Amino acid sequence: MQKLIRNLNYIWNKFRSDRKLFWDELEEQLVAGDISIDTVARILEKVKKKSYSENINNPEKIKSLIREQVVEILEINGDNKLNVSPVSPTVFLIVGVNGSGKTTSVAKLANLFKDDGKKILLSAADTYRAAAAEQLQHYADKLGLDIVCHQKFSDPGAVVYDSIEKAQANGIDLVIIDTAGRMQTSHNLMEELKKIKKVITGRINRNADEILLVVDSTTGQNAKNQAEIFNNSLNLTGIILTKTDSTSKGGIILTIKNDLNIPVKMFTDGEKLKDICYFDPAKFADSLFS
Amino acid sequence: MFEALTNKFEDLFYKIRNKGKLSPGDMDAALREIKLALLEADVNFKVVREFLDNVEKKATGEKVLESLTAYQQVVKIVNEEIIKMLGSSSGDISFVPKGPTIIMMIGLQGSGKTSSVIKLANFIKSRFQKKVSIVAADVYRPAAVLQLEDMAKNINVEVFSEGSSDPVSLTEEGVETFKKAGSDVIIIDTAGRLQVNEDMMNEIADIKRKISPHSIYMILDSMTGQEAVNIAEGFNKRVDFDGIILTKLDSDTRGGAALSVYYVVKKQIKFISDGEKIEDFGIFHPDRIASRILGMGDIITLAEKAEKVVSEKEAKKIEQKIYKNELNFEDFISQLRSIKKIGSVDKLFSMMPSANKNKIFKKASLDDRYLKRIEAIINSMTVEERRRPHIINGSRKKRIARGCGCSITEINRLLKQFDKTKQMLKQFSGLKGKTGLNFNNF
Repeated sequence: MQKLIRNLNYIWNKFRSDRKLFWDELEEQLVAGDISIDTVARILEKVKKKSYSENINNPEKIKSLIREQVVEILEINGDNKLNVSPVSPTVFLIVGVNGSGKTTSVAKLANLFKDDGKKILLSAADTYRAAAAEQLQHYADKLGLDIVCHQKFSDPGAVVYDSIEKAQANGIDLVIIDTAGRMQTSHNLMEELKKIKKVITGRINRNADEILLVVDSTTGQNAKNQAEIFNNSLNLTGIILTKTDSTSKGGIILTIKNDLNIPVKMFTDGEKLKDICYFDPAKFADSLFS
Repeated sequence: MFEALTNKFEDLFYKIRNKGKLSPGDMDAALREIKLALLEADVNFKVVREFLDNVEKKATGEKVLESLTAYQQVVKIVNEEIIKMLGSSSGDISFVPKGPTIIMMIGLQGSGKTSSVIKLANFIKSRFQKKVSIVAADVYRPAAVLQLEDMAKNINVEVFSEGSSDPVSLTEEGVETFKKAGSDVIIIDTAGRLQVNEDMMNEIADIKRKISPHSIYMILDSMTGQEAVNIAEGFNKRVDFDGIILTKLDSDTRGGAALSVYYVVKKQIKFISDGEKIEDFGIFHPDRIASRILGMGDIITLAEKAEKVVSEKEAKKIEQKIYKNELNFEDFISQLRSIKKIGSVDKLFSMMPSANKNKIFKKASLDDRYLKRIEAIINSMTVEERRRPHIINGSRKKRIARGCGCSITEINRLLKQFDKTKQMLKQFSGLKGKTGLNFNNF
């Protein structure tokens, strides 16, 4: 992640005589962080109001006002913890568009919970992409985990069914389901996910404990479409923000949280399996503004 | 793709068009709308700034505001600027005359390199009947090689993967092997990497130095946000690539990243990939995409053609008649003939803006045959009937029907539709521009 606002002091001084230009410049910098224009407008409106009413004349203070707004958006109704069921197995369903980092995220999540001493089973429900199951198998071997794979092009619903059945029979604590990447615009593939969700509910008599959308942090405004459409089909419980070791800022998660109230729960920031963390709004804001 | 941006522009220009002339305030509003639309479409903010400057300068230079056709002119300028942002010519593959053509694919993790390698291989193989081979140089991601081999099997392309564990030497070995085997084209699939990862960027620069590929394509996810320019700049600085392959265009992305990248690194988008199937791959056409972004179809050509066949004076005359509710079948048929001069109805529609097409033409099952029938009916009327349609009674209808060989029902329908159109045109006559004819009820 890189800083969201650069040279605030500089632009503050540069536009000393015309504050409107200062706000325009600030707006541009926030938009450049992939926050949507609407969200930026909402943030800046509040910041402006406060800065005028409290007569703030100091760029550092303005920066901290913006930071405050960002944290507020991310924390409101906030529950960033992963939901673990008191009845085993807990089931996590991982979904997302192609190339967002689903399989790697599944492996990283498994690694995290394995360190907690949980018994984990991976479910290779991506039966479509070539070698997807083999990639997951590789991680299962590496971490010494159980895995359920079927043949290529077989029904992913059946993989999920077998996975949960096996987990229930073997005292598994956590099942993590990897699904095929799909564009939110593909109606049939979205229907397939609904079916998978139903299979899970049918087996454990409750919804999956987490339905997590994996979002590539370099994605722009389309991430909101992704969240919206996946949410309409599945009722997402949260987001895994990936590739945050890139130069992107991932500002679109503010818009997703603000407009759709879907929180980021985890983020990943590297090639290694340990490179996954619980999302902390305050720390995230710090990384953008400090 | 690009639908949202298209809709924005259509809404915007719909507003402007209804006004005819542009005031300076309109221009500011237009620029603001264009700015928001481009930013929402993920076009990089620096690019947007430059884009707006250019549009504004051109618009002022060409005295758009004083022109009666301000709307068309702004569209033309925006269209031209977008084409400029996208690059000027369509991508194609140049093969070296001797020995294999070597193509290297680079990009971020998850951008779609491996799928693009397969799709490009299939494209070259089927279009140019070349022998294509692939070197699998992604030694990092688990099962990446397996994925490539699995997909390559489907298109009967050989993959080299059993070599050194170091990707640089492995690539050299692979290229040597396929040179000896007489391949026409060798495509190298590399591991995904961040443009800021020094070690990985050194590695790819090394591969480039050792094998000197003839073309290097950077794979860019069309859903990428503001960072697209930094990614392209980062890769370009280290490996000076030749072109871009834009992937995942089957999503509903607005695709602004595509616009930014050319502008910043001056590297063209050569190919696009837009689906899960191997065939979902093709050459990128900047001009087509630009008109698609604008949602203008080929409105510029249409406007030019319309200008040729409908004189300003004639258009004014029609407008007056509509206003006074004096429009008759004589005017109608002269308009009909003007339209036929422009081209077939199908062609006409293909040049129309898409949203308006939907608004106005959705229910109208218009085709050339139907227009011919209308013309035949009108031709069977006497001059008096054409000028004063209300005198057409039962016996006149029978005569007209005999004259043109259609049923009385059809004549009734035409008369009714003509009346409705007249009423509607009168309602809109204050707003309408040049061409008075409205197809809404036909």
